[in-house]
Amino acid sequence: MPESASTQALDTFPRLLIHHAQVRGSRTAMREKDLGIWQSWTWQAVAEEVRALACGLAEMGFQRGENLAIVGDNRPRMYMMMTAVQCLGGVPLPLYQDAVASEMLFVLLDAEVRFVFVEDQEQVDKILEIQEQLPCLEHVLYDDPRGMRHYTLPFIHDIRELLAMGRIHDRNHPDLLVSEVARGGPDDVSVMLYTSGTTGKPKGVRLTHHAFISAARGGAEFDRLTADEDILSYLPMAWVGDHLFSFAQAMVTGFTINCPESAETVMTDLREIGPTYYFAPPRVFENLLTQVMIRMEDASLLKQKMFHSFMAVARRSGAEILDGQPVSLADRLLYALGSVFVYGPLKNVLGMSRIRVAYTAGAAIGPDLFRFYRSIGINLKQLYGQTETCAYVCLQPDGEIKFDSVGKPAPGVEVKIADNGEILVRGPMLLKEYYKRPDATAEAINADGYFMTGDAGLFDDDGHLKIIDRAKDVGKLANGAMYAPNYLENKLKFFQYIKEAVVFGDRRQMVCAFINIDVGAVGNWAERRGIAYSGYTDLAGKEEVYGLIQESIEQVNAELVGEGTLADSQIHRFLILHKELDPDDDELTRTRKVRRNFVAEKYAVLIDALYAGRSRQFIETAVKFEDGRQGKVAADLLIRDVKTFGLAGRDA
Amino acid sequence: MSRQIGEVILDLKNVSLSFGGVKALTDISFDVREHEIRAIIGPNGAGKSSMLNVINGVYRPQQGDIILRGRRFSRMNPYEAAKAGISRTFQNIALFKGMNVIDNLMTGRNLKIRSNLIQQAFWWGPARREELAHRAKVEEVIDFLEIQHIRKTPVGRLPYGLQKRVDLGRALAMEPSILLLDEPMAGMNVEEKQDMCRFILDVNDQFGTTIVLIEHDMAVVMDISDRVVVLDYGKKIGDGAPDEVRANPEVITAYLGASH
Repeated sequence: MPESASTQALDTFPRLLIHHAQVRGSRTAMREKDLGIWQSWTWQAVAEEVRALACGLAEMGFQRGENLAIVGDNRPRMYMMMTAVQCLGGVPLPLYQDAVASEMLFVLLDAEVRFVFVEDQEQVDKILEIQEQLPCLEHVLYDDPRGMRHYTLPFIHDIRELLAMGRIHDRNHPDLLVSEVARGGPDDVSVMLYTSGTTGKPKGVRLTHHAFISAARGGAEFDRLTADEDILSYLPMAWVGDHLFSFAQAMVTGFTINCPESAETVMTDLREIGPTYYFAPPRVFENLLTQVMIRMEDASLLKQKMFHSFMAVARRSGAEILDGQPVSLADRLLYALGSVFVYGPLKNVLGMSRIRVAYTAGAAIGPDLFRFYRSIGINLKQLYGQTETCAYVCLQPDGEIKFDSVGKPAPGVEVKIADNGEILVRGPMLLKEYYKRPDATAEAINADGYFMTGDAGLFDDDGHLKIIDRAKDVGKLANGAMYAPNYLENKLKFFQYIKEAVVFGDRRQMVCAFINIDVGAVGNWAERRGIAYSGYTDLAGKEEVYGLIQESIEQVNAELVGEGTLADSQIHRFLILHKELDPDDDELTRTRKVRRNFVAEKYAVLIDALYAGRSRQFIETAVKFEDGRQGKVAADLLIRDVKTFGLAGRDA
Repeated sequence: MSRQIGEVILDLKNVSLSFGGVKALTDISFDVREHEIRAIIGPNGAGKSSMLNVINGVYRPQQGDIILRGRRFSRMNPYEAAKAGISRTFQNIALFKGMNVIDNLMTGRNLKIRSNLIQQAFWWGPARREELAHRAKVEEVIDFLEIQHIRKTPVGRLPYGLQKRVDLGRALAMEPSILLLDEPMAGMNVEEKQDMCRFILDVNDQFGTTIVLIEHDMAVVMDISDRVVVLDYGKKIGDGAPDEVRANPEVITAYLGASH
C-alpha cells in the first residue's frame, strides 16, 4: 500500500488499512486455521493482498459504485475482498452462505451484480443454477480450488488468477490505487446488507464509511478496545453484527480476527484462540449452557455436588462481584475457591478464559442464562441495534447491567420514544438509504431525521432502554388487554426444553401456543427416564414430553399473573409441532426469527383446532431436506389445556 | 471428465480359490485399467470379498496369476501389495477404536516411515522431521474428507458413517495408486452414501487413483463405475460397462431383476 495516503484523515476503510499497514505492519491482522495449523497474515500482508485484489478487479473492468456480491464462510480473503472493493469505490454485498440459490436470485438481480466472489464449489454450483436468470452476471470468482478442475466456463475464475493479474496491473499502473483511494470519501457507501425480511422482500440497506466507522469507534471507546484484542469471526458475514465486530471494529482498532477451520469446529477453535472480545447471539450461549448442563448430569456425584454448590455461591454473589458491588467476605472467599475449582475450568472448557467483553444481541436473552455467564465472571452484556443502525444504538455500560434492559444510548446516538411506544433513533450510524427504494427510505426516516426502528420500548428510571416487542406485533386481546407475542415467546424459550415457540392471541379470546422442543435437551431428559423415541416427531408426540412442557408453560402463566395487564395473556392451550421450524421451509428467517404470519397460514388447521377446543388434530406438511429434496411429515398432534391462574376477584 | 483411462495395470488370470471343498472362486479372469473405477458385484456369497482378498494377498489362490504392472505374482502377500501401492478399506471397519482419528490415519503412513523405533521413541532429529511431514500429509487427508471437527475424537465414539470415512482416510493416507474398497456404502443412509460417492469420485479424479470397489447398492455402482464385473457362486457371469452389464440376461436372472 502507498505511503502517501497516511496524511489523509482515517475516514474510509481503505485509508484505515493503509494506516495499520504502516503503524503495525508486522502484527497479526488475521488468522485462519488451515490443515490443522493457525496461519497468520500481518497487516502488511493483508494490505498487499488487498492491493493485488483491487488492481485485479480494476483490470477486469470493475466500476466505481458497482456492487460485488460475496458468498462464503468467514475467510480472510473474503474480508480482504471487501476492502479491495471499497478501494475502488465499489460496494461489497455479503450474502448468507447457507441461502439456497433461489433465495440469492432476488438479491443478485436487485443489486444488478456483475461480479460475484464465492468461497467454493458449492457456492459456484448455486450461482450456476440461477445463472441464466441473471442477465447482469459477468464474472464468478472462487477462493477454494477444490473440485473446480472441470469447470471450464469462461466466466469462472480462480481468485489466484485475479491476484496474478492484479500484480501485473499494479506494476504497469503504480498510481492507480492511490488515486482510487483518494477519490473515495467518508460519505460513500461502504457496504450493502440485505435485511432478512421478516415481511416482504429483502431490502438492501446502504451504509456509509462514516456510519460504520462512527459506530465502530464509539463502541471501541465505550469498551476500551485495543489493538491487542482477539475475536473469533464465525457468524455470517452478511449479518450486520459480524460486519461491525469482525470488520469495522478490527479496521478501526487494529485488533486480530480469527477465522475458524469450518462451521463444525467452532467450539474447538474457540478454545484454541481464547478470544478476549466475543460476540454471539443468545442461542449460542444457550446451546453452550445446555451442553454444560447435560454433561454435568452425566458427571460423577462428587463433581455434580461441587458444581452445584459453587454455582449456588456464584448465583448469590458472582454477578455482584463482577459489577464491583459490596459482597460479604465469606462469599468473596467462597467465590475465590470456586474460581479455582469450578468457574475457571468451566470457562476454560468454554474457551472463555480470556474474555474481557462479550456481547449478545439479536434476540432477548433469558435472565437465568444471562446471570449464569455473568456469575462465573464473564462480562456478558447486551446491545441493541439493527442493520439500519450498524447494530449500534444501545450498549450496557460495565457495572450497570440489568437483565431486562439493553442499556443506555451509545455515545453519539440519540434515542427517543414516540407516542405509540416506538423507539426512534438518530445519529451518524444511520443508513444512507434503502437500495432503489426511496419510498421505503422515506417511510423509515421521519422529517426530523429519526430512524423508526419498529420496536416498542420504554426507558426505565435509570435511563436504560427496555424492549417489549415489535411495535406492529403488539396487539390486543378480544377484551382489550395488551398482547405482546414476542414477550411471551421469549419467556417460553427461556426454558431449556423449549427451542422455539409461536403464540397466537391478537383479537382472540385467549392465547394459545405452538411449541418446538429442543431435541438435545428433551432427548437427554427422555433417555434418562428410559423413554424410547425414534426422532423429533416421535419424541414431540410423547405424553411425558407434553407433561414436561406443560409444567414450563404453567410456570410462565404464574409469572404473568404478577405483570399487570399481561395477566390476560396467560397461555390456555398448546401443542408441540411435529417438525422443527426451519429456514429452508421459510418458517424462520435466515437469522432464525419466526415468520409469524407465514407460520399462521401454513398451520391454519392447527390454530383452528386449538381454538375449537379439539384434543387431537391430524396434519401433513411438506418439508425440504438439506440436499434440496422434498418430503412429507405427517402426525396426529395432541393438544393440551394448561392451568391458568385467576386474579383476585376475577375469573380465570 | 478429463481423466484418461490408461493401460491395464492389474490383470487377474484364471484365478481359482477354494477352502477345503468349498470353491470360492472358479477360474476368474479380469483386468483393471489405470485411473478407472472398477466395480465387482454379485449376490451374497458370490466371492466378491474373496476376490479382493486375493488381490491384496490375504488369500492365496490355488491357481492363477496376478499381474501387477507387468510383474507376475502367483501369490501376492499383503506386505508386497501395500508396498506396490495397493491399499484397502474393510467391510467391517478395521480401525483402532480407542485411538483418535489422527493416530488412526498415521497408521496408514506406517509403511513410509524410515526412522527406527529408538529414534521415534525419543522423537529426535530425523524422526521428528519425518513425523511432522507425515502429519502434514494426514492433515491433507483430513481436509480432503472434511473431518476436521473429529480430528481428536476416538474413533469408537464416532457414528458408523464417519467411521467408514475415517477408514477410507486411513487407506488414502498411504497415497495408494490402487484403492480397494470393500462395500464402502454398506449400512449408510442416503446422505452418507451421497457424500461417500462424492469422495470416491474426487479421489479418482484428483489423485488419479485406480479404484476397485465391491458394492451392493446397484444405483451407486451403475452411477460411478466405468466397468463392472459380475460374480455368481464364484464364477464370472458378466463383465463390461454398466449398460452392457445391465442388459446381460444372465446377470439379470442372477442378480438384478430376478423375480423370486
